Amino acid sequence: MTADVETRPEAPVARRRRSSGEVGDKGGPRVVLRYALLIVLGLLFLSPLIFMIVTSFKTRGEATSIPPSWIPDPFTTQAYETILTAPGTPVLRWFANSLGAAIAHSAIVVATSAMAAYALARMEFRGRGFVFGLIIATLFVPPVILIIPNYLIVGELGWLNTLVAVIVPTAASAFGVFFLRQFFLGIPEELEEAARLDGASPVQIFVKVMLPLSRPALATLALLALLTNWNDFLWPVYVLFSPELQTLPAGLSTLQSANSVRYDLLMAGAVVASVPVLLLFVFLQRFIIEGVSRSGLKG
Amino acid sequence: MTTTRVAAPGDTVDALQHSRRAPRRGVAKHGKATPWLFLSPYLVLFGLFVIAPVLYGAWISLHRWDYTLPGKPFVGLENYQDLFDPSSTVYADFWNSMQATGIFTLASVPLLMVIPLVVALVMNKKFPGRNLFRAVYFAPYVLGVAVVAVLWRYLLDNNFGLVNYYLGLLGLPDDTAWTTSTPAAWVSLVGVTVWWTLGYNSVIYLAALQDIPRELYEAARVDGANAWQQFRNVTIPGLRPVLVFITMITILASANMFGQSYLITQGGPGRETRTAIYEIAETGLRQYQMGSAAAMSYVLTAFLMVLSVVIFWLFRERKSS
Repeated sequence: MTADVETRPEAPVARRRRSSGEVGDKGGPRVVLRYALLIVLGLLFLSPLIFMIVTSFKTRGEATSIPPSWIPDPFTTQAYETILTAPGTPVLRWFANSLGAAIAHSAIVVATSAMAAYALARMEFRGRGFVFGLIIATLFVPPVILIIPNYLIVGELGWLNTLVAVIVPTAASAFGVFFLRQFFLGIPEELEEAARLDGASPVQIFVKVMLPLSRPALATLALLALLTNWNDFLWPVYVLFSPELQTLPAGLSTLQSANSVRYDLLMAGAVVASVPVLLLFVFLQRFIIEGVSRSGLKG
Repeated sequence: MTTTRVAAPGDTVDALQHSRRAPRRGVAKHGKATPWLFLSPYLVLFGLFVIAPVLYGAWISLHRWDYTLPGKPFVGLENYQDLFDPSSTVYADFWNSMQATGIFTLASVPLLMVIPLVVALVMNKKFPGRNLFRAVYFAPYVLGVAVVAVLWRYLLDNNFGLVNYYLGLLGLPDDTAWTTSTPAAWVSLVGVTVWWTLGYNSVIYLAALQDIPRELYEAARVDGANAWQQFRNVTIPGLRPVLVFITMITILASANMFGQSYLITQGGPGRETRTAIYEIAETGLRQYQMGSAAAMSYVLTAFLMVLSVVIFWLFRERKSS
């Protein structure tokens, strides 16, 4: 690669002149530099994650040995066995709590946002602009303002220390309404018009025409809601008290205060909390990244 | 199962056959109540957990509201006055936490604006492996703050951490107390946050860069603009709406920093890295002084709103000079 740089320095310059912003240039110092930069940065991003996984298979002693080792010797699943069976830290139960809460939360977000977004995108009624404006305005309300009153409201509803408290109150997603409304606006109205002429009711048009046409957007929103809920930290820490009712992030905090330097156990816990989202990300990253990049586009 | 199947006209007719009604007044669109029925599930949640709390919080902040005591006497603006009265018990802790939030926001926002932009510019070319790199940089973001913080507390451990070990190998000081002394703790908190969320901002920048019409660059080149001039006169103006958006969400996210401090530094040393949201949650939900905590959250929000106005003003459309 370096030889290439030294022998043909002019070629890429000429090519660069020709190429426009988007078109890639092959070979040459710029390309080498770019890959070097990208790879160094890539290692900075990946190595902590790799070290987390590696450490979770180490013994207690090896997890705090200096110099740090990148291959566990001996390879052991002791840390996992310990955290999965310790009475104060029911990690499997936390896993089930997190999974159940995230799925329920995601379903509520998608259902309520889709219905609201459909009305806002396709129906004409007095107050539409006001409702939409109000929803969008809350995108910029700092969540901190909701913590204290929502704790009291959740308490009044009898939801404190139940999973409902981490499923429902955060489900009114302004982003979800905004995102799906944008998507619905992009669907040609002729399809609904045809169904309407056939006598379909608004509910039937919504369920049988709009929703099926919006699968990619619904999947994206479902995934983002799932990830957000799975990773939510502050709220579960304060509204869930019983050890067996924690979600994984709140549980990790409990695990950390119970085992401050048992890094083998902490990394095993962190891996358990990461594996589902990393798998989702590996297989469905297109949807996740699309969703995030779409969130930056102005309405 | 595919979208085309459902969209096929024959299918739709079949599926909807049984509900055929005589059309009223031409094509009936929808009844007056229909939009509100569609909106109602969302609006119930929105009203109960977004709109009501904003108002309820203001009400709470006007009371001495202690969850554990029976009476909740109305005290007017006393909770607010206490926050601005140096002789009150809450003054020092509150402003210390506001300062912590301020330090963190000031230090992290510029980095989270610039580094992701550089990464996005480097990625804004077609080259083999681009999607792989994009995914790698984005990966930490999907992990969530608890995993990220627990992991980095290990990596930043004084004695057993990778960070100090590799710094030592490079001949740098290898005994920095990254989590228990300032300013090192701030470097840790900011660094971890950049590592965690860089990919998020990069992806938004990248999408915006790809929306800038190629012709604008062509035209600039024809006019003899060099790379910097193209960046200055084409890229930056093209990114303006997204820059405002990223600035806003990054400030909002940084001003709400909680998990990193809670898990990595436990707010320490002392209370130096205990952020405002951390202080509000502890005051309200651990010590149950909810009136005071609600007042704090309104003061913090007021700061953020003023900041937002300033940012919109800074990014306003200027006449070309």
